[in-house]
Formats: sequence, structure tokens, C-alpha cells
Amino acid sequence: MAKELLKGNVAMAEAAVRAGCEAYFGYPITPQTELLEHMAARMPELGRAFVQAESEVAAINMVYGAACTGKRVMTTSSSPGVSLMMEGISYIAGTEVPMVLIDVMRGGPGLGNIAPAQGDYTQMVHGGGHGDYKTIVLAPASVQEAIDLTALAFDLADKYRAIVVVLADGSLGQMMEPAELPEMQPLKKQLPDWAITGEPGRDRRLLTSIYLQPEDEETTNIRLQRRWMEIEANEVRYQEYFLDDAEIVLVGFGTAGRVALSAIRHARAEGIKVGLFRPVSLSPFPAEALRLVARKAKAMLVVEMNAGQMLNDVRLVTQGACPVDFYGRMGGVVPLPDEILSEIMRLARFTPHDLNGHTRAAWLDRLEVVRGAK
Amino acid sequence: MVATDIQNAKLVYERPESLADVATHYCPGCTHGTAHRLVAEVLDEMGIREHSIGVASVGCSVFSYNYFDMDFVQAAHGRAPAMATGVKRVFPDRTVFTYQGDGDLASIGMAEIMHAAARGENITVIFINNAIYGMTGGQMAPTTLPGMKTTSSPRGRDVETQGYPIRMSEILATLDGVSYVVRRSLHNPAEIRKSKKAIRYAFETQQRGLGFSMVELLSSCPTNWGMTPLDSLTFIEDKMVPAFPLGDYKVIDAVKSMKWKEG
Ligand SMILES: Cc1ncc(C[n+]2csc(CCOP(=O)(O)OP(=O)(O)O)c2C)c(N)n1
Ligand code: SF4
Repeated sequence: MAKELLKGNVAMAEAAVRAGCEAYFGYPITPQTELLEHMAARMPELGRAFVQAESEVAAINMVYGAACTGKRVMTTSSSPGVSLMMEGISYIAGTEVPMVLIDVMRGGPGLGNIAPAQGDYTQMVHGGGHGDYKTIVLAPASVQEAIDLTALAFDLADKYRAIVVVLADGSLGQMMEPAELPEMQPLKKQLPDWAITGEPGRDRRLLTSIYLQPEDEETTNIRLQRRWMEIEANEVRYQEYFLDDAEIVLVGFGTAGRVALSAIRHARAEGIKVGLFRPVSLSPFPAEALRLVARKAKAMLVVEMNAGQMLNDVRLVTQGACPVDFYGRMGGVVPLPDEILSEIMRLARFTPHDLNGHTRAAWLDRLEVVRGAK
Repeated sequence: MVATDIQNAKLVYERPESLADVATHYCPGCTHGTAHRLVAEVLDEMGIREHSIGVASVGCSVFSYNYFDMDFVQAAHGRAPAMATGVKRVFPDRTVFTYQGDGDLASIGMAEIMHAAARGENITVIFINNAIYGMTGGQMAPTTLPGMKTTSSPRGRDVETQGYPIRMSEILATLDGVSYVVRRSLHNPAEIRKSKKAIRYAFETQQRGLGFSMVELLSSCPTNWGMTPLDSLTFIEDKMVPAFPLGDYKVIDAVKSMKWKEG
């Protein structure tokens, strides 16, 4: 299939359709609405289920029901809507049924705004709902990658009976880029042996997240933990750019990673040895790969569109192998390549040996200067 | 010796196939069990047990999936109609029903029931109205009668500060998506028979693709009402029926004219 100019939201929606998504439930929210609208047009014409739910609470619970049938199901939303979905996400995780969620993040907290942000890292990567569960979280940085990861999300969800989140942001959802969509996949013929189908002639099946005996609930938790370890062993994904000789390593995901890369290209032109480590699977986090990079680096700079939510994980993983500095914009502000370039220049001039504790305070001071200069 | 001729004996009462052969956890005298049996008998008589998918809610009936012998899923508190929507949209030819209490349906799940009904989801809702939160130990429900004492309205429900009971059947009857909504009661044999007939109508409605159906059943909670089983049946008759009048709130013509062979 040839490349065409595609809007991120539409591309992800169509990728889901072609991956064999058989049921979609959602609620309008900017900046993901084109996704819902595309599904509204496409799903019924293919004879598949589409419901505009009365709320994100209802949408995720419709997904829960549909996911129990073993078919491919999806919902999409943006930050405030995803917060509302946390109840259902925990139930779905506890019931071990597969689903795909696309979160096109926007500025927050609260109602915030409709500009691109990355403030849902913590609620998606470290839970948000109750209980010990993990979701697979994939972060695209281009429309093409958003398409590819959406298709992958359905495969991983099925393989591990897992919740897979495609964590995009408003700029990815709204931007247009040339990209190639995959062929239409055939629908799932064989449903798994746990699926609730109301099929006569076999023993009855039950899907639930309730285990009244703590020991039974613990058994379920152990199963979830073991499955997660398998996911950690097999499903880590990341991209490295200019890392061979890099002394300064930027770490950023999604749009922040993409902006960092253009700053890096400028810095390279000035002869600065700087590269980018871009986690693609935020969960499982590419811990081992990042640890190796940190051992060779003089300094790291984590770049995010939040107040350093991934920064905490980078520090935990690198364990002081090199100083880890931070630059972020919040509330829907996207950092400019120039801002990141001056951060790179700063680190090239002077690399502090120890940043522990002062990283955020120092960043906020620099941020005030950047804002004041405008 | 008196010989019992079991060969010629006629079996007049047995466990419906749709009801699993296990003891329930319901309190003695609780009419949840009666409602279960009626649903099971109807599914048996219609021959649709194996094609049915139940959606259990959160409340005393949370374990209803252990008692009904068919595929089941377990919803979050109040979300059963949304979950049923998800199942039904994927499998439109299966019989999908929810079984919900009044806290579940009329409080936390108000949005989900209203919109499933408004969409005319082709599902059946069995709604148990016992005017109280049974499972959590007898707190006030949206259906608690004015003046009624509960653990969270210890001086009796004060309508000035705690509002008035919600009549769900009447509300749902105003929605165009609803095809069949009636209120019945489980407090005496005559009403139980009528309840069963209503449940049959509700499932037949779904079976024919006619849209949303709900049967509200006035039900007892001797434990949390602090009454004997018998007194609680009298309470339903004397106090609940006047507040929640029995009757057909909406029955569309296509449902009225349905005919079936009695099994
Ligand atoms: C989100 C959430 N809030 C609260 C509860 C606690 N809870 C369990 S059952 C219940 C009330 C159920 O009452 P009702 O629906 O009337 O059913 P009954 O027990 O009377 O049959 C509540 C509040 C819960 N499980 N989940
Ligand atoms: S608490 Fe009330 S509703 Fe629950 S089983 Fe006991 S009597 Fe029935």
C-alpha cells in the first residue's frame, strides 16, 4: 500500500479497523475526537459494533463486556476521559481480558486545555486504578509509528490477555504526515477458550474480577505478576539515535523525543556529541538498555511534556551511573527545539557531577527565565 | 406395608436446569432466591438457557453467577447495563440480561441504565427493589421510603435533607427506547405468578428483537429491615406497594400482541 497524507487520529482509527477491531466504544473529547468520528463512519459500514457511550465510565464498561467475548475491542479518549476510565481498567486487568486504549493526551491537571501534553505517563505506566496491575504502554513519535503500534497493540493484547495503551498526545493526533496503512486483516475466527460466547453444548464459563478468598486473589495476583515478567522479557521496545559516540544522552518519548531529536541534529552540526534514547514501550520500561547507555554517558537529560514523570523512572533505572538532568514544559506547552538546544549547550559547557535533589528546582528556575524571555 | 408407587408419580416441582445445584448465600426469607428461580424457570421454558449470557451486578446478588447455570460476566457496581451493551453488540443473537439491585441500578448506575434504555438496547434487566443497600449492611438506598430507618438514616429518611425515593419504572417508561417496563412484587403467590409472567414477557421481548425490557420486582430484605421473613412480606404489601405501585408502565403494541406456546 502506498504512502498517503494522514492525520494521526484518523490513521490510528483506520489502523485499528484494519487490525480487526470488532467493537468500539467511546465518548467525544478533544484532541481525540476524529478517532471516534472515524470509527463512527467505518465500524457500522463493516457490520461491526460502534457505540457512542454516555460517558467514559460507560465506554470502558462496554469495552469490558465486549472484551469478555474474546473479540478485538478498543476505546479511545484523552486525559480527563482516561481518568474516568480507571475503574473499568482495573476491573479489566483483574479479569484478564484483552483490550486496546488509545490516549491522546492533553494539558492538565483538571479540565486543562486541548493542547498536547504527556501528563498521563504516571497514571498509565504506574497504574491509576486500584490494585496491582500493569498495562503495556506504547508511545509513538510519528503518524507511521502510531499506525504500527496500534496494530501491534491488538496482537499484544491478545497474546497476553492484557490491556495495551497507545499513549499519543494532541500533536500526534492532530498532525498530518505521509504514512502507509497496513492491509485489512481478516477477523478473528477462533475465539479463545475462556471467551464468554453463550455457545451451547459446553460447560458454562465465568469471567469475573472477584475472588472473595484473599488466597485466591493472591493466586490471581501471582499469575498477573508472572505474566508481567514474561512481558518485560519479551516486549521491550526503544529507539537509539546517534548514541555510538554520545557523551550527552537525551531521553524522551513521543513528541518530546521527536523535538529532542531535531535539537540533537542542530547540536551535532556544532560538533557536540549528543544522542537520543527514545523509549517506545514505556511499560515495560527499557530498563536494561538505558542502564547500559547511562554507563557510557557523561550526563543525561530527560525531556518531557510534564513535570518529570518519566524522570523518576530514568533515575531509578540508571542508579546514579551518570548525572540525570531534566527539562520539561507543562500544561500543554510543547518545548521548542531551540529550548532543548540551549539545554544541550549548557550540559556541553558544564556537566554537574551530582544533581540529586536539585534537578527539579534548578529546572523550574531555568524555565522561569525561558518564559520571561518571551 | 404402605408401598409408594413412584413409577406413576408425577413430578410437579423440580430445580430448573438454569439454576445450579448449589445452596445460595441469601438470608432466610430473602426473596432474591424467588427472583432467581423465576428467571431460571422462564429461561428453561423458553429453551434459551445455553444461549444466554448473564451480567451479575454488585450487591447481594454479586454471586448470582454461581446460581445461574450459563455463561456469566461480573460487572462493576452500577455498570451492568454498559457491560451488557458490550456483550450484546458483539453477540446480538444471544440472550443477554442483567440482574441488579436498587443501589446498583438507581444510584451509582443511574447513567448506565438510563442510556441503555434510551438506546433501546435489546437486553433484559431484572431489577430488585428492596429499598435498601443489602450487601453493605443496610444503608439508605435511592428507593428507601420516607421515614424509613436505615443505618445511614438512623432517624428515618428525612426528605428535607435526604430527598425522595426514585421510581425507576415510571422514569424509564418515558423513554422511547423502552419496549417493556413493568413493576411486580414477590410478597405473595399471586404476585409471584404475575412476576414470572412479566419476566417471560421481558425475555420474549428481547427474543423478538423488540428492544429494551425491564421487570422491577419489589423484594424483601428481612435482615436489614430487622423483620421476620413474614413481617417483611407484609411490609412490602403495606408500605412498599403504595409507594411503588404495581403495574405495566410501558408495553408497546408489538409486545402486547406477542404469542407463545406455554411449555
Ligand atoms: C464503586 C463501589 N462503591 C461502593 C461499593 C460497595 N457496595 C457494594 S454492594 C453496595 C450496595 C448494593 O445495594 P443494592 O444494589 O441495593 O443491592 P442489594 O445488596 O440490596 O441486593 C455497595 C454500596 C462497591 N462495591 N463499589
Ligand atoms: S442482606 Fe437482605 S437482600 Fe441481602 S441476602 Fe440478606 S435479606 Fe437478602
